[in-house]
Amino acid sequence: MIQRQQIVLLVLLLALTLLGFLISFSSGSSQLGFREVIAQFLSPSLGLEQQILYELRIPRSVAAFVTGALLAMSGVIMQVLLRNPLADPYILGISGGAAVAALTAISLGLGGYWISYAAFFGALLSIVIVFGLARSSHNWSATRLLLTGIVVSAGWGAVINILLTTSANNSVYSMLFWLMGDLSVSRAGFFSISILVLGLLTMMYFARSLNVLSRGDLQAAALGVNVPRLKLILYFTASVLTACAVSIAGTIGFVGLVIPHMLRLLGARDHRVLIPAALLLGGNFLMIADSFARTVIAPQQLPVGVVTAVIGVPVFLIILRHTGKRIRE
Amino acid sequence: MLSTTNSDLILETRDLTLSIAGRAICKKLNLHIAPGQCVGILGQNGTGKTTLLHTLMQFRSAEHGEILLEGKLLNAWSRKALATQLGILFQSTQDIMPSTVLETALIGRHPHLADWQWEDAQDEQIARDALAAMGIADFAQREVNTLSGGERQRLAIATLLTQQPRLFLLDEPGNHLDIAYQVQSLKLLRSHVLEQGAGLCMATHDINLAARFCDRILLLLGDGEFVLGTCAQVLTQEHLSRAYACEIRRIELEGRAVFFPA
Repeated sequence: MIQRQQIVLLVLLLALTLLGFLISFSSGSSQLGFREVIAQFLSPSLGLEQQILYELRIPRSVAAFVTGALLAMSGVIMQVLLRNPLADPYILGISGGAAVAALTAISLGLGGYWISYAAFFGALLSIVIVFGLARSSHNWSATRLLLTGIVVSAGWGAVINILLTTSANNSVYSMLFWLMGDLSVSRAGFFSISILVLGLLTMMYFARSLNVLSRGDLQAAALGVNVPRLKLILYFTASVLTACAVSIAGTIGFVGLVIPHMLRLLGARDHRVLIPAALLLGGNFLMIADSFARTVIAPQQLPVGVVTAVIGVPVFLIILRHTGKRIRE
Repeated sequence: MLSTTNSDLILETRDLTLSIAGRAICKKLNLHIAPGQCVGILGQNGTGKTTLLHTLMQFRSAEHGEILLEGKLLNAWSRKALATQLGILFQSTQDIMPSTVLETALIGRHPHLADWQWEDAQDEQIARDALAAMGIADFAQREVNTLSGGERQRLAIATLLTQQPRLFLLDEPGNHLDIAYQVQSLKLLRSHVLEQGAGLCMATHDINLAARFCDRILLLLGDGEFVLGTCAQVLTQEHLSRAYACEIRRIELEGRAVFFPA
């Protein structure tokens, strides 16, 4: 049974999301504030303001929202799949593969969409490698998958360092921005929005099975869940969501780790509530973080990954303290 | 006799042969569980009691022989349909993600719900009744990780009751429970099984618990040998001493058999 408290949470998050979009639309280095944005929506007028709003701000806000939503959903799935509350979307080495491919593209002097395509391809490559290695003994344990992922990540890390130390100075700057996660040139197109919607539908279909799976593989099998099939679906869904997020904005930390925990503490444990809530809060969090990133030291911009960490670290520590208290009580 | 399908039986194994890591657990076992019946599985540590239960759950396949649930081969059932008929209490439970007691018990309704369907008021009532039966109704909104080991075991039994299977498989049901709760829980399960015409099969190391609550006993002797029969037939000093490689005495006390090591 859905509890009233959980409906309230979802409605609040939805309202917060609308507000978040408005705040995000009104943040930037040019003088286009909250009031002007509302005015622009109510009575559209042609001109520079409209151009800034529709060609710069809205696409960037949408990119931030979609990326955050993809990462938070992927984080929820990874934590159940790996039975590890510290799992995040990057834990299985997906970001490493994406980074190596993206950095290679940068060092070759490619720009714009090529970097996104390269990142997506690199992420897929990493998914196949990790899955192939972890699966080889037909033993599909979370530990084996986790260890394989961590080792493959370490391998990618070494390649990233090689690329950073051997590339020309001017491209190293773009590489570092990419690695920290950056939304300044990001656009979320039809493809990534479709992936987000498809991911949401798939996970909502399996949401009740996820509740059962978080009680352990055997318990889930005893309650009628086809565990190997479900795990395969979870692995591929989480991987594709992450690959898509990484191809939009590079590696942005903390969203995928912190958002699911925050929501569980707010009472969203049922995955049928947790998954849509993670989508909304994750998208919102990244959109607000990105608003900070482009206004704090405007006209210069910070990489958004730095901002999510600056917000994410203290929030996570507070949550940890809070849960510690709850357990002791 | 064996070739006729006895559709009155809840569970039937035909010439079931099992082994794990090269060690035989049972050879040509023909186990029958009829409605209202409780069967106990006894045997030394590592003789394969849990493996046998897991085979009955279809978590692993048998080397030889067939298992029939309600007259239908076990592997002809879909995983989900199976879960409406067969339920198991595991030796230990895992809870990594936070959850309340009621949420945990409601998990038992999973096989009964269709895709996209939510638990309704009736499902919640079934779960609350099960919690009440196990004496943990007051804890419904408590976090599972604040419960004691015994309370968790009672929650696990309540979850199994919420599942409402036709055959209850219990792996060490007395785990973490003090003596009063052991007796109380098994009395409850036993009367539930009698009322509903369900079946029960429990693996335990506690001979006295098995003697008190089971109609028939399967005593695994290791290396594939076993003794199967009524309590009076199986629970003799001779069989038990052989099974446990330790001299076991049986005395009658207040009309009940009591077992203890010499």
